[in-house]
Amino acid sequence: MSDHDTSPRTEWPLWEIFIRGQHGMSHRHVGSLHAPDAEMAIKNARDVYTRRNEGVSIWVVEAKKITASSPSDKGPMYEPSQSKVYRHPTFFDIPDDVGAM
Amino acid sequence: MYAQMVKSENTDSGPELDAFQARIDAGEKIEPKDWMPAGYRKTLIRQISQHAHSEIVGQLPEGNWITRAPTLERKAILLAKVQDEAGHGLYLYCAAETLGVSRDELTEMLLDGRMKYSSIFNYPTLTWADIGAIGWLVDGAAIMNQVPLQRTSYGPYARAMMRICKEESFHQRQGYDIMMKMAQGSEAQKRMAQDALNRYWYPSLMMFGPSDKESVHSAQSMKWRIKINSNDELRQKFVDQTVPQAEYLGLTVPDDNLRLNPETGHYEFSEPDWTEFFEVLNGNGPCNKERLEARNKAWDDGQWVRDGMMAHARNKAARAAASKVAAE
Repeated sequence: MSDHDTSPRTEWPLWEIFIRGQHGMSHRHVGSLHAPDAEMAIKNARDVYTRRNEGVSIWVVEAKKITASSPSDKGPMYEPSQSKVYRHPTFFDIPDDVGAM
Repeated sequence: MYAQMVKSENTDSGPELDAFQARIDAGEKIEPKDWMPAGYRKTLIRQISQHAHSEIVGQLPEGNWITRAPTLERKAILLAKVQDEAGHGLYLYCAAETLGVSRDELTEMLLDGRMKYSSIFNYPTLTWADIGAIGWLVDGAAIMNQVPLQRTSYGPYARAMMRICKEESFHQRQGYDIMMKMAQGSEAQKRMAQDALNRYWYPSLMMFGPSDKESVHSAQSMKWRIKINSNDELRQKFVDQTVPQAEYLGLTVPDDNLRLNPETGHYEFSEPDWTEFFEVLNGNGPCNKERLEARNKAWDDGQWVRDGMMAHARNKAARAAASKVAAE
């Protein structure tokens, strides 16, 4: 993902594509594609990722604008939540007599 | 198989490699930002791009019949199929790009012949029945290979494969549908269907690559789970599945040695001519030159469009920025 204003190549920027599959669902990442601008990225996404009714809404984000967590942070990032089992409802024993809860 | 004879190499060693292998053995997916051995990265770039190039070049033999499809419906279907192939190429290029290679580099390597595409697309489509045979046999062989690759170790590749597999079954069925119409048609149509099977049978068997005995790169690729089944395994599966389909059509597989072994339950069949395979792979097939010329022409003729659209995007962004300043 080079910066296209300084790159000698004319390659179109890379866009990440998110599609809402049905009403009521959130957008999901489906893949990426190249396009000169956001408008064309949406048009291309329609052709590449929704040829069979896969979506009702499309988001496009230029790939270089996405900040991702690093895989090496996996331990320190997610470990603290593992020790807090009381955050899950199954941590608490409720007697059957109480009924559905 | 759309990737044939992909060279696999492993130059790394040490604790990182062991940890990496352990992840693969545990069935974990490797994602773009994860550590991976240089050989894994290189081999995957080769394999995924060869697959992508095959999808793109694979549009040419079928594109040959779009203007001459026998009915408007057949034409619309073929257009949709060829559009799918372009889509498959794009999914795969994007997967390859996550490994740190640019789309333009990949395109250049296809256009100047440094990278290969599947041998099958160097055969001509002489009649309409060839479009049927390609969907039935070529896409059938591709499915054989692609279904297990949905479980490959590299995340973006596996996800591209899932999308492709969903669409590929339409391709095979539309091909078989053409073959059924021809096989149940006039004598001339039947002859045409048989002729297409005769010409596409062995090239389809070659798609799986050389025999396991000669596949020097398979072991490493299988260890890395970027290849799931051996070439011979998939070829056998393809023959076992396809022969009854040919019988249903009333067509004859062009192989005098073909017979069902009642003990194993598998068909015994003749090997394709491997000399021909290597000739085609090395650029000496019936259509190699034509295919590469067509791709080069499309790329060169499209240059002004790519540049023009990029210039338009830049101008539009500049105008938007200027009017924002003016408004402030």
